[in-house]
Amino acid sequence: MAAFALIAAACSSDDSAEGFRMAIVAPSADNDRAFTQSMVDAANSIEGAEVAVTDGTFNVDDAAVAIRDYANSGYDLVIAHGSQYGGSLEEIAPDFPEVSFAWGTAADTFDLPNVFSYEAASDQGGTVMGKMAAALSQSANVGIVGPVEVGDAKLYVDGFEAGVKSQNPDATVNINYIDSFSDVALASEAANSLIGAGADVLSGTAQMTIGAINSAKTAGVLWFGTQSNQTDVSPEIVVASQVYHWEHMLEDMIKKVGDGTLGGELYEINFANDGLVIEYNEDFDLPDDVKDIAEDAIKTFKDEG
Amino acid sequence: MSEIFTTAVLVAVGASAIRLAVPLLLAALGETFGQRSGVLNLGVDGIMLLGAFTGYYAVLKTDNVWLGLLAGAIVGLVLGLASAVIAVTLKAEQGISGIGIFLFGLGMSDLLFQKLVGTPIGIDTFPQVDIPLLSDIPYIGEIFFQHSLVIYLAFLSIPVATFVINRTTFGMKIRAVGEYPDAADTLGVSVAGVRYATEIIGGTLAGIAGAVLAITLGIFQQNLTNGAGFIAIALVYFGAWRPTGIMLGALLFGFVNALVLELKTLEIIPRDLSNLAAMAPAIITILALVFVARRFRAPSALTKPFTRGT
Repeated sequence: MAAFALIAAACSSDDSAEGFRMAIVAPSADNDRAFTQSMVDAANSIEGAEVAVTDGTFNVDDAAVAIRDYANSGYDLVIAHGSQYGGSLEEIAPDFPEVSFAWGTAADTFDLPNVFSYEAASDQGGTVMGKMAAALSQSANVGIVGPVEVGDAKLYVDGFEAGVKSQNPDATVNINYIDSFSDVALASEAANSLIGAGADVLSGTAQMTIGAINSAKTAGVLWFGTQSNQTDVSPEIVVASQVYHWEHMLEDMIKKVGDGTLGGELYEINFANDGLVIEYNEDFDLPDDVKDIAEDAIKTFKDEG
Repeated sequence: MSEIFTTAVLVAVGASAIRLAVPLLLAALGETFGQRSGVLNLGVDGIMLLGAFTGYYAVLKTDNVWLGLLAGAIVGLVLGLASAVIAVTLKAEQGISGIGIFLFGLGMSDLLFQKLVGTPIGIDTFPQVDIPLLSDIPYIGEIFFQHSLVIYLAFLSIPVATFVINRTTFGMKIRAVGEYPDAADTLGVSVAGVRYATEIIGGTLAGIAGAVLAITLGIFQQNLTNGAGFIAIALVYFGAWRPTGIMLGALLFGFVNALVLELKTLEIIPRDLSNLAAMAPAIITILALVFVARRFRAPSALTKPFTRGT
């Protein structure tokens, strides 16, 4: 994979994003406190850019129509924000050689010159939070609610499990993939199941875990969030969130499109390029030694590059 | 494998099954009233979604879960009335008009959420009410008698609905209108009036079902029901248009879902078979439907608009 050398300051949004038209097509709601919101927030933070969003397109065919419409409407960059949209994009992108497309989370541009792909090293944040979870767990039992065991979700869950085990090899980690990105009630009951199995710290990834957070709150169990900052959902129990900051990546893409490079590159956001950030809940009384564990792990990832 | 049979696991599965079953049970019970009178409402999921949002929003603003439940019921009542106007007065094709109501509820609930709330914020949930003495019974108490009040009321509504449908004059009119609307009309029963009443009951219960879902989860999100309204319609067929059958169907669906979750937590179902296991509730429901369909028949006038003299 081509390294994503991020030079945040190199791309001043004032001189390159003014009038830039960017469209996002995403599966869940733009306020899902998770995957979709992370990209929409990043796009909206870029000064001068015009941002259009079609959210809620769990149906891939609907997403394909939206992607084609935006390309037809002269948008400079069309972001297919869902790994399930890859097949559609592979068909659509060659029809619009003047339009730049981005697709993620994935690591494949289909060898097309007008497709960027991007992914998040969510295993890094998962590891950091897993270490904190192990340090905070009184029962040495941690649970994770996942959607489907693929892509970004699998990376995060695997990283979280590795983090717990690295901090406490004897800890139990129970993982429940509910096989749905949208069933909030099932996510809630999966959390109850994990709590019943002894977990006193939970985490989860994807938009349906919003239901699991409330189960954790009811049971007085701690929660680690990912993708967007989930503190506001339940400030009493959220310890920290791994937040995706796509904005530096988007700024780089905008600059490249301006320079005539419409795709063909792979991006990865991680701690080293500030694409991943751990945001702590300021109202949660996190012991200093636990925070030190997290900061040490983040530093290690940054040093590794 | 012995882990499957530990009492703690069985208790957890039982309690979880009941929580998962209740929104389905309420919505399916409401739909039963409509179908027994001859009206199919495929818009249940849309009504549930608007009931869920309204209930959520009312609790968010007032911190009163009962006001939330009332708000969901009122919205359901209004949408039930609208469904009746479309299906009974305007005599629209019921399958198509129901899909319209569903899409309206799906879109409107999301629009209102985006405009009035923005991002998901947790709300208060129904408090747990332990039934004195009964909740202390080992295992049984934890499965059945340590829930919120709405769960008890939902199960109490089953014998009430059975009584209303089978033992009251109103119930007799519902059945007559659903089976022999011409004969009922000849005897002076207002076919339209009865169908309006059942649609309003159905809408109200769907609105309550949505509100119960949102207030139990303590959150709202786009398409919160995830198709629960359509499962509720399937359960009406599963339960052969009888409240007790519907309750059993809802409990079976909840039980299979809860059991699969528990077996995944315990890693008895390996992760690479997880997606297959997730299909189990749907497969079991379809198999049961096939079985039921061979033994029972739908109300004769189901989906047929009534016009005097035809």
